[in-house]
Amino acid sequence: MFQALNGGTFNRESTSRSEPNAEHWGARQPVQGAIPACPARRPTSTSARRFAYSWRMSEHHHHDHDHSDLSETELRVRALETILTEKGYVDPAALDLLIETYETKVGPRNGARVVARAWTDPAYRARLLKDGTPAIAELGFAGRQGEHIVAVENTPELHNMVVCTLCSCYPWPVLGLPPVWYKSAPYRSKAVKDPRGVLRDFGFEIPATTKIRVWDSTAEIRYVVLPMRPDGTEGWSEERLAELVTRDSMIGTGLPKQPHEVG
Amino acid sequence: MDGAHDMGGVPWTDPVQPEPNEPAFHAEWERRAFAITLAMGMPGGWNIDMSRFARENRPPADYLSKSYFEIWIAGLERLMAERGLVAPDEVAAGHALHPAKPVARTLTAEGVAAMLHRGGPTERVPARPARFVVGDRVRAKMINPATHTRLPRYVRGHVGTIAAMRGCHVFPDSNARGAGEDPQWLYTVAFDGVEVWGKESDPALEITVDAWEPYLEPA
Repeated sequence: MFQALNGGTFNRESTSRSEPNAEHWGARQPVQGAIPACPARRPTSTSARRFAYSWRMSEHHHHDHDHSDLSETELRVRALETILTEKGYVDPAALDLLIETYETKVGPRNGARVVARAWTDPAYRARLLKDGTPAIAELGFAGRQGEHIVAVENTPELHNMVVCTLCSCYPWPVLGLPPVWYKSAPYRSKAVKDPRGVLRDFGFEIPATTKIRVWDSTAEIRYVVLPMRPDGTEGWSEERLAELVTRDSMIGTGLPKQPHEVG
Repeated sequence: MDGAHDMGGVPWTDPVQPEPNEPAFHAEWERRAFAITLAMGMPGGWNIDMSRFARENRPPADYLSKSYFEIWIAGLERLMAERGLVAPDEVAAGHALHPAKPVARTLTAEGVAAMLHRGGPTERVPARPARFVVGDRVRAKMINPATHTRLPRYVRGHVGTIAAMRGCHVFPDSNARGAGEDPQWLYTVAFDGVEVWGKESDPALEITVDAWEPYLEPA
C-alpha cells in the first residue's frame, strides 16, 4: 500500500537517513566513571550546530554567532552544575547514572520488542491495544514519561502519527529521548496540518485514500504506533522481527524495514 | 498562556530534517543540562506543569532563539531563582555565593532507578462523574489565559468528537500555578482536518487532542 515518491516500490534508501541505526544505538558506550564537570571545548560538529539552531529564524544569524553562543551556554551549564554540587543539591554520581541510563538502556529497542511481541502473540496484541501501560510493563518497560501509554494500530485504512505541538512529549520507556526533529518547529507545526508533507520529508507517501490520524500529545498520555507487520515474515521469531522495527515506524514517520533489508 | 511554544499549524517552510544515527545528545553540555534538570526535580519540589510554564513563558523571540536544551536550562534557572536555591549572581560568578537552602531530599545514585521507574503518574480518583461520553460533540473553548494551559490554539473554537475517555488527571492549568492538582476528566477529542484548517485541508486527515473537561463545552 505504501508507494515510494519516485514510483515503484518503497525505496529503503530514501528513509535510511532518517532511521536510528539499532546496532549503533545499542552499541553506544556506557559512560565510564565520572564525566568531568568542565569538559574541554570541542569543535562544534555540524549536527550540534543544526540542533542548537534547529528553529532559529535565520541561518545567517547562526553562522555569525554560533561559536560564541555555544560557548556561553557551555559556561552556563558548567556554572550551574558547579553551584548545585557545591550546595549539595545534586549528587554527581546520580547525574552520570541518569545520562548513562538514557544513552545505553532506554531507547527504541525497547519499543521494538513490544511491537515484535504484538506481531507474534495475538493475546498480547489485544492487551496492548486495550491498555498499553500494563502490557508494556510486562516486558519490563515503565516509568518516567510513560506513566500512561496508549498504543495505536496502523491498518491498510488508517495511518497514525504522533506529535507534541506544545513541547516534546514522547514515550521515553519504549522510545528513549526524542530526536531533534521531533522537537523542532517544522515537525511540531506541520504534523497536525500537513502530515503527508511530513511523510514526504521522510521520503515516503501513503495513498490519498488512507486516512491519517495525528495524535497531539497535549496531556500526560503517551502514544506509540503499532506498525503493520511486513509481508514475507511468516514464521519469523520475535527476536528477528524486532530487527525490522525502526524508531520512526513507532512514531508514524517511518515504516518497518522489509525482510530483505536485514540479514 | 499563548506563546511561541504553541506551534501547531504555524506556517514553517523548512522541511523536517531527520538525522541519521542520531545520538541521544549532541554535546557534553546537553548531557549535563539534561541530568541536572532531572536531578533538581527532587530538591526543587516543583511539578512538571511548573517546569513547562517556566520554559514556555517567555517572549517569542527569546523562545525561538534558544535550542531545546537551552530552554531547559533557562527554565531551570528560573525555577531555582524563584525558590532562592540558586541566585543569578551565583550563575554569573560560576560558583556558590550564598549558603545552601535546606531541601527535603536529593537524588542519590542509588535512588535514580526507583525515581525513573516511579515517574509521575497523573491519574487520580474522580470526585464527580464525567460530563461527556464517547461520541459527544464538543467545542474547544475560545480561551487565551495569561497562565499555563495545554489547550493548543489551533483547535480553540472548533468542534470535535469525544473519541476516548482517559480517566481523571491532574489539571495543568491549576497545578502550574501551585493552586493544587484539581483533577479533571481527560478526553481524547478528534477533529476533522477540514473543521480545523478549512476546505483546503486534506479530507482524510483527523487530529486528536487530549483535552481536560474545563477546556470543552457541548456543541
